[in-house]
Amino acid sequence: MIRLFGSNEVLFILAGIQWTLLLSLIAFTGGGVFGLIIALSRTSTRASLRSIAAGYIDFFQGTPLLMQLFLVFYGMPVFGVKVSPWTAVTIGLTLHASAFLGEIWRGGIQAVPRGQTEAARALGLRYASRMRDIVLPQALRLSVAPTVGFLVQLIKGTSLASIVGFVELSRSAQIVASTTYKPLLAYGLAALLYFVICFPLSRFSLRLEQRFAAKT
Amino acid sequence: MTYKFDFAALAPYWETFLRGCWQTISLAAIAVVLGLVIGIVAMLAKRSPIRAVRLFATSYIEVVRNTPFLVQVMFIFFGLPSLGISLSPWTAAILALSLNCGAFAAEIIRGGVEAISKGQVEAGTALGLRTLQIFRFIVLKPALRIIFPALSGQFILALLTTSIVSSISAEELASISQSIDAETFRSFEVYAVATVLYFGLSLIFSTAFKAINRIYFSYPVR
Repeated sequence: MIRLFGSNEVLFILAGIQWTLLLSLIAFTGGGVFGLIIALSRTSTRASLRSIAAGYIDFFQGTPLLMQLFLVFYGMPVFGVKVSPWTAVTIGLTLHASAFLGEIWRGGIQAVPRGQTEAARALGLRYASRMRDIVLPQALRLSVAPTVGFLVQLIKGTSLASIVGFVELSRSAQIVASTTYKPLLAYGLAALLYFVICFPLSRFSLRLEQRFAAKT
Repeated sequence: MTYKFDFAALAPYWETFLRGCWQTISLAAIAVVLGLVIGIVAMLAKRSPIRAVRLFATSYIEVVRNTPFLVQVMFIFFGLPSLGISLSPWTAAILALSLNCGAFAAEIIRGGVEAISKGQVEAGTALGLRTLQIFRFIVLKPALRIIFPALSGQFILALLTTSIVSSISAEELASISQSIDAETFRSFEVYAVATVLYFGLSLIFSTAFKAINRIYFSYPVR
């Protein structure tokens, strides 16, 4: 039966936003934690750690996000772990985000002048304190703009969760499109909602970048 | 661990996989070339003296950059027919990919154009270079040198983005993998092979681009 494109349909699509946002938030937070580990390994003094982190980053930057999600979704049952689309997508996006954030923050860490590390070492600070108190605060400040830029990319990336079968903004638009036969309206509304979320973030990232460029 | 890996089941499909790779490469190449053209037009429109043209170009770029590619493809393939524009999956895929690349290319090209200073062109004239020489050595090469790394990154990105057009069943590596999966039921093996192929493609192209960059765009200028 063909349904009308009424307020129910609009609300249904709007309800998809919360899953898109939740998914982005979890992936961004989880990706941030793992990303920090990746960034620290990538800049470690141990060559083996460095090359493992580099391989990890290359893999996630050199393959499509869709394939990464499929690999997690179909791969975890292979190792005896049955997962719901929600879990698979969360894990997939978290790993994806960790590689990209790791690479962004590696750049930040390497952009902090060497003298800072050397001075900290001369003061007798250990690695943990050197990183926590001296290098990372400066590195993260350098990386704020690209990090926000990546958040936009991640929010757009969550749309691929719909292909694995998870209902978020894109999937709810698809469902409405196929029940009302008004694809233009359904996808148009979804696009508008993504735009409303992403555009301010993009602007914010650009402003941060310009403010930083003006300072140096 | 009860699962038995069975990559042998995929052996009969190697030609199909190869065809998928080729279709993915062609999609990405067409999209980047058309995207460059669109990008140049959009960049020029953004600098136009007419306000309406500027506004149009800016909104095109911002809308494409701030919405997911999946929604763009769906909008073009499923939405446009209700306006009387029906496209085949392949055409819709090319249209969506080119429009997507165009918006990103516009920003990249703008960076290259803005990097050429007027003083250098004047210096060229003062040295007695002919117009063609000025264009070739002072405008084109430095501009290309600046945008080439970003542009080759854009090609790799397009290569990976093409996987999303599988959602409208345009034929390329990802959609071919989905059909092989449907025939063999070896989901994990199929997507593992596809992922390795994608990784191989992006590795080959990024290595090639780096070599080109080193040979043609490195200092000292030959």
